Amino acid sequence: MRRVVVTGLGLVTPLGADVETTWANILASKSGAGLITRFDASDQKCKIACEVKPADHEYGFDPDKRVDHKVQRQVDPFIIYGIDAAGQALEDAGLEDMSDELKLRAGCSIGSGIGGLPGIESESIVLHERGPGRVSPHFVHGRLINLISGQVSIKYGLMGPNHAVVTACSTGAHSIGDAARMIRDDDADIMLAGGAEGTICPLGVAGFAQARALNMSYNDRPEQASRPYDKDRDGFVMGEGAGVVVLEEYEHAKARGAKIYAEVVGYGLSGDAYHVTAPHPEGFGAYRAMEMALKKAGMTPSDIDYINAHGTSTMADTIELGSVKRLFGDAIGNVSMSSTKSAIGHLLGGAGAVESIFCILALRDQIVPPTLNLDNPDDGTEGVDLVPHVAKKREVRAVLNNSFGFGGTNASLVMKKAD
Amino acid sequence: MSDTADRVSKIVVEHLGVEADKVTQEASFIDDLGADSLDIVELVMAFEEEFGVEIPDDAAEKITTVGDATKYIEEHKG
Repeated sequence: MRRVVVTGLGLVTPLGADVETTWANILASKSGAGLITRFDASDQKCKIACEVKPADHEYGFDPDKRVDHKVQRQVDPFIIYGIDAAGQALEDAGLEDMSDELKLRAGCSIGSGIGGLPGIESESIVLHERGPGRVSPHFVHGRLINLISGQVSIKYGLMGPNHAVVTACSTGAHSIGDAARMIRDDDADIMLAGGAEGTICPLGVAGFAQARALNMSYNDRPEQASRPYDKDRDGFVMGEGAGVVVLEEYEHAKARGAKIYAEVVGYGLSGDAYHVTAPHPEGFGAYRAMEMALKKAGMTPSDIDYINAHGTSTMADTIELGSVKRLFGDAIGNVSMSSTKSAIGHLLGGAGAVESIFCILALRDQIVPPTLNLDNPDDGTEGVDLVPHVAKKREVRAVLNNSFGFGGTNASLVMKKAD
Repeated sequence: MSDTADRVSKIVVEHLGVEADKVTQEASFIDDLGADSLDIVELVMAFEEEFGVEIPDDAAEKITTVGDATKYIEEHKG
């Protein structure tokens, strides 16, 4: 069977515009949260978010680095973040200049949960106030979710599969899992895979707040708002950014002497068939996604040393934890499980990809990132190492990443160090 | 350069992200400045906005150079 390895990484997050800066800030227990600056949020119930910082910030993002000025003007932020992260991943893998032959075997699977909401919001206002003749000719293709994959393929000439997953907050994990299957099934030798989101706009914040999913009582203490597993959590903090990995067929990577970060060995998917926003109360869907991923990997729970949890800082945290405990049994005593959403917020469609990259870095550096703000662990967390407050050096042989989304969609990925 | 030509050039530079010295009156939007048909739709909208003129589709189709745009606007602005 064709094996799939990770040979390049790219990140744009609220804690950095590249992989190493973000990771260093994560390990230093920094928070990317703050008051919303992107728009006037004074009338919103939730006034905080984890924004990608502007170019002049210490770890800000400069879109001019990899995204054409004209494209920047036409598209929503999620596409800009996605193009940049994809470019980083290709550069990291040493694949910016592929042969024409290889380009035919290289594709994209970069999705988003929501897509171009800020642009839909602003052009709706243009339509309403000034009429259809003033709507931008770039409106549609500047908002569509598959236009990260589209733009990246045009920029780098990638003519393999061009795909985009849309499964809410599971998007990033599904994107990587699906792309890994495309390589395994010989549709491609190289896939750029990941997810992006950029919905910090009035409609996005109001929508999630009205759905009672966002935090509302930490407007005066933004850095403390994202507190997975803590008794005083009251909703997620919206994040934004992108994560993209280069997936590559193992023999192909070896033959060209590529740096191999990890091997994607397990992928599990399931549906809750329960409720549009709430997870199944027993975490049945989450359990089955994890179980399937482990089975595909040919592993047992005792092989896993680190879990990057979905852990959004909502009531659902303990449901996920309960299903992990049931699946892991006695092996729960060995595993470390943390939620990096405590530091960068919830990147929605980008989360699964960004968090998979943190898992890969945990494998590389043999250190697990912390869960911030875990001051008073909730009932049910006993006996589980949730890595409170500070990162922890430990052996990391294999990792599990969980992502769950609205609609009751679940994805789990298992990765390990490549032999 | 006339005031109109100057303002047209500025809009072209801003929208197409091209160097200002490339935006001569003779420059073709598509052949010289890398625009596509949608960019021209957007440029025409920007000209309408800036100069308060209406550029109907059949007239817009005949605007292929920066100079064509300047000329049309000078002839039609109020």
